[in-house]
Amino acid sequence: MSALLNYIWAGLIIISVICAAVTGRMPQLSAAVMSGAAGAVELVIAMMGMMCAWTGLMKIADEGGITRILSKLLRPVMRRLFPACKEDSPATKAICMNITANLLGLGNAATPMGIAAMKEMAKLNPTQTADNSMAMFVVINAASIQLIPTFMGTLRAKYGSPAPFDILPAVWLTSICALVVGITMAKLLEGRSSG
Amino acid sequence: MDKLGVYAIPSAVFLIVIFGLMRGVPLFDTFVAGAKEGFSSTISILPSLIGLMMAVAMLSASGALDILSSLLSPVAAFLGLPPQVMPLVLIKPISGSGSTAVLAQIFQNCGTESFAGRVASVMSGSTETTFYAIAVYFGSVGIKKTRHTIPAALTADFTAFVVSALAVRLFFQS
Repeated sequence: MSALLNYIWAGLIIISVICAAVTGRMPQLSAAVMSGAAGAVELVIAMMGMMCAWTGLMKIADEGGITRILSKLLRPVMRRLFPACKEDSPATKAICMNITANLLGLGNAATPMGIAAMKEMAKLNPTQTADNSMAMFVVINAASIQLIPTFMGTLRAKYGSPAPFDILPAVWLTSICALVVGITMAKLLEGRSSG
Repeated sequence: MDKLGVYAIPSAVFLIVIFGLMRGVPLFDTFVAGAKEGFSSTISILPSLIGLMMAVAMLSASGALDILSSLLSPVAAFLGLPPQVMPLVLIKPISGSGSTAVLAQIFQNCGTESFAGRVASVMSGSTETTFYAIAVYFGSVGIKKTRHTIPAALTADFTAFVVSALAVRLFFQS
């Protein structure tokens, strides 16, 4: 995927320069090269406080064992989504831990747990073709189920939003719709697609 | 209903501290350790963010972003989306830093409380970098054929894009 990004990035810059030449906006373009790069540094510094405070708080929740506690509650649901994985298997445990970490927005913890889950599933499927459980797992991870998207909220605050988190109910509604559609599509397509 | 969002952060902070206290977590030490992790992960996104914010700022200043939005405005109108969010729709499944750069540009051009600003916020909060997730997870176990994963994941993204505008209309009556 990073190969694609190489082309996109080059494309954005080439298009910008050509477009500025045609529309006579070279002075603005020249300023944008500087301000864009500087803007990224300003943005990261402005967001640093909130992001660190949040990861600090979530570390407390994590050390207190919240991921383990909540992931146990998820197991009955997971049995329906991953019928191939036995309820007490290491695969199911890793899947539940990963999904809980995603819900809580523990990105740093979610990815290693997700990779562990994929490795457990790969033990049951040593081919190069994804099985239904793997596909379902990746579809859920490709949808955002984070309860409080702190990065987006912090970015809103940085750009002057008086109530950066007032859009949370809209985010929750949208996330649920997308997740339901993703899971349904994964289930529907299971029978049709083959390796 | 929008009051609910205002309570989310303070109640989360409150519950986390009470929970940590009950479970005997050394609160402040753990907080500092976590903040340190947040610091290094925020710093680690900086180089790619610099590259992409530079590119998106150039795209905006050259007028190409406006041209792109207006070219895509029939599609946006069909989906019920404001035209300004169409660049975000294109980049969101591909690059996390790229979508941060585009989102910041939308906030700067339209404002966070505009219809476009809100729809862009909801889109960002309700979707992930789909192709990144696919690459990381299937790559970790050497899976080459992903079968129905990409169609299902992209349908979920598409749903999020369309529903985000409906949800903003529903909650903000704009």
